[in-house]
Amino acid sequence: MEDNSGHINFKDQVTSIYKFLLVFFTFLIISVLGFSIFLNEYYKEPIPENYTIVQEEVDEDLIENGIHVRTGFVDGEGLMEVVNNCTNCHSAMIVIQNRMTKERWIATIKWMQETQNLWDLGGNEEIIVNYLATNYAPTKKGRREGLTNIEWYELEE
Amino acid sequence: MCNICYFLNHSFLISLHKMKRRKFVKNTVLGSMAALIGTEIVFGSSMLEGYKPLALQDPDPFKMFGLDNEMVVLNDKPWNIEAKAHLLDDKITPNKYMFIRNNGLIPENIDISKWTLTIEGESVSQKKTYTLNELKSKFKQYTYQLTLECGGNGRSEFDPPAKGNQWTVGAVSCAEWTGVRLRDVLEDVGIKSNAVYIGFHAADKHLSLDPNKEPISRGAPMEKALQDETLLAFSMNGEPIPLSHGYPLRLVAGGWPASVSGKWIHSISIRDKVHDGTKMTGTAYRVPCESVAPGTKVKDEDMCIIESMPVKSLITYPKSGAVIKEGKKLSIRGHAWAGELEVSKMEYSIDFGATWNQCPIESPANRLAWQHFSADISFPKKGYYEVWARATDSNGVAQPMLLPGWNPKGYLNNACHRIAIKVS
Repeated sequence: MEDNSGHINFKDQVTSIYKFLLVFFTFLIISVLGFSIFLNEYYKEPIPENYTIVQEEVDEDLIENGIHVRTGFVDGEGLMEVVNNCTNCHSAMIVIQNRMTKERWIATIKWMQETQNLWDLGGNEEIIVNYLATNYAPTKKGRREGLTNIEWYELEE
Repeated sequence: MCNICYFLNHSFLISLHKMKRRKFVKNTVLGSMAALIGTEIVFGSSMLEGYKPLALQDPDPFKMFGLDNEMVVLNDKPWNIEAKAHLLDDKITPNKYMFIRNNGLIPENIDISKWTLTIEGESVSQKKTYTLNELKSKFKQYTYQLTLECGGNGRSEFDPPAKGNQWTVGAVSCAEWTGVRLRDVLEDVGIKSNAVYIGFHAADKHLSLDPNKEPISRGAPMEKALQDETLLAFSMNGEPIPLSHGYPLRLVAGGWPASVSGKWIHSISIRDKVHDGTKMTGTAYRVPCESVAPGTKVKDEDMCIIESMPVKSLITYPKSGAVIKEGKKLSIRGHAWAGELEVSKMEYSIDFGATWNQCPIESPANRLAWQHFSADISFPKKGYYEVWARATDSNGVAQPMLLPGWNPKGYLNNACHRIAIKVS
């Protein structure tokens, strides 16, 4: 009786171990596959997030409230000459935040040609200089300006 | 078990979705790049996944640089970003509030295992190259809080206006830098007695992408280079230096225009003359040797290199525009610094400079660290006030209330900072 039942038990045990191992290895393979894809996606290449922000839908020539939306430049005669010649190396932002007389805009262009690899602007130079001197001309600030655009708020102490 | 199945299945679906999207986006990127450049990108299909083409810059600097969204972007190519006064309230400036000033394009794909620093030039005994690990293990490390202020901080106030990024008040920081002393490294290399100046060379790229042009290559006289606090730093605030601030190696020379503190440096030239790299000559980081009337044209040879920055201070609390109840005291605080010197006196005025009240100023954590001041202010009656702050350095020189001497490039504006207050 003992031998007999022992024999049956042994067969059953082998079968159950076999089944267990089958399930275990199947699970292991799926886990490794899934986890490696997971790792691959989350740790190897986090950069693709950046790729999504390509402004394709924006109309390149769109003007809203007198502003060229793509660059932020003021709309005016010579706008596209400025966009095409002055935003290749640097952003429009460095132009927009500056204020110069015609003479100093010319000097700035000359400096960029001598030291920064700016090309000969040919007939466009006068158009560009006029656009800049008209739309980005200096204003008098005096020796110290008053505080402006103050956002008032209740200070809780 | 089912939870795990769901999880695996879910992540697999996400993976599939991402793969599809990435392929789609990559194709779009290459497509629009081709449209921009006007030609097909040869080998575009073999461009590495994850490689970001140089022509494209991530338009979200706040995410890319880990900045607070109140930071102000002055320029997005190259990146130039400043803080506002109230963002600089911390005693040690965290990365999220640190101004970023770039002359060129931030380097990409930095491999620190291959990064080296070479000391060369006319005045070295022999050229020598160190790996980052050699620098870190061979020399003793030091940590200092160092004030870095852009030479053009405050440029926006000059009249006639000066050319360049129109910094207001926020191009200053005082972070904690860790590295080795430049002096220790130079001693190991061996410097000749005719050494005059150091000049750094870095991995950033010129805006025109011309590989023969350096966006910036500045330096300092040997005396500054050999100071205890002049570091070859690899950590900022206890962590590897953020990419935007010079990862993996930055020269840090507190108290001088921040442009001396070269980022991403791979070599330093020991020169037998004043370094003549990009932005050392002409009008860059120079002011007229003799003061001039506003708007004067100044010849290059009459311009002198800026060394120590002038005495200055900033009210960092409260934010300008605070409205308080009559009879309530107002607590203010901020920082003051004085280039190579120390701030010895701090004052504030609530009557536009007619009277000044002295307030406590702490000693610096170390030389070249900014110092902290605070005051409790009573206002006599209701009305509009401005709180003005004025620091005086250890030579007895104070900040002016009006703009200091005009100069062609708008450097060194250390006029008093002030905030608006209403008592109601």
